[in-house]
Amino acid sequence: MEQKTKIKAENDKQDLVITREFDLPLDLLFKAYAEPEIVAQWMGTKVLKLENKKHGGYEFETSDPNGNVVFKANGTIHEFTLNERIIRTFEMENAPFAVQLEFLEFEKLTEETSKLTMQIVYKSPDLRDQMLKLPFEYGLNMAHNRLQEVVGKIVKG
Amino acid sequence: MEIRRDVFQAIADPTRRAILSLVAIQAMTPGSIAENFESSRQTISKHIQILTECELLEQQQNGREIYYHLNAKKMKEIADFIEPFRKMWDDRFNKLESIMKNYQPKK
Repeated sequence: MEQKTKIKAENDKQDLVITREFDLPLDLLFKAYAEPEIVAQWMGTKVLKLENKKHGGYEFETSDPNGNVVFKANGTIHEFTLNERIIRTFEMENAPFAVQLEFLEFEKLTEETSKLTMQIVYKSPDLRDQMLKLPFEYGLNMAHNRLQEVVGKIVKG
Repeated sequence: MEIRRDVFQAIADPTRRAILSLVAIQAMTPGSIAENFESSRQTISKHIQILTECELLEQQQNGREIYYHLNAKKMKEIADFIEPFRKMWDDRFNKLESIMKNYQPKK
């Protein structure tokens, strides 16, 4: 079965490319990146700040059910072109990983489908491999998301 | 084939991934690994055992203490080592897709 999300990571390179085709019109896909409430929902994180403009910045923070912050990230937005492109940095706080540069390209495929191509550039090939092999912060984040989903279901009844 | 499946089972668990990422930075004793988790020491030691059986962790005797470190070679041997990373993005994007399919513009 063809996978919807693909990762291209060549040996000894310091970047990787993630591609994904969505059953969504381009404007809806882009909106999922532009509106803080929606970003918060699918990223499973609190969006403290999201300034969608050149020289803008963003801040994400995720807490466990006890209120302890388990994940904190921030970045600077270098380009924000509606329905086309976002260029930004991404830095996890309190983690031994250097800041990374992300190029997000949004493309229309048909009226009802779209494609995201995300290139991530790391400080070194080693760091890229480390991030690929050990999605530690993400792992915690995902576990947290699942927990949130479960709690959400219970609350909604 | 069986070993391969075991390795994937090993890295499919978030706690075990967290253990791998801890020992990737420095070799650690079971006690110091367990300190990073709220689970019991027995639970963590079970996870360590599974990772060791899959040869993802290696033991190293240092005086009286046993230290665990990451078997980088084994990690490289996993041809599809990026699968958890891909899965993570796939889950995220699936979620994005389902949220946006139900999106109602605010008016």
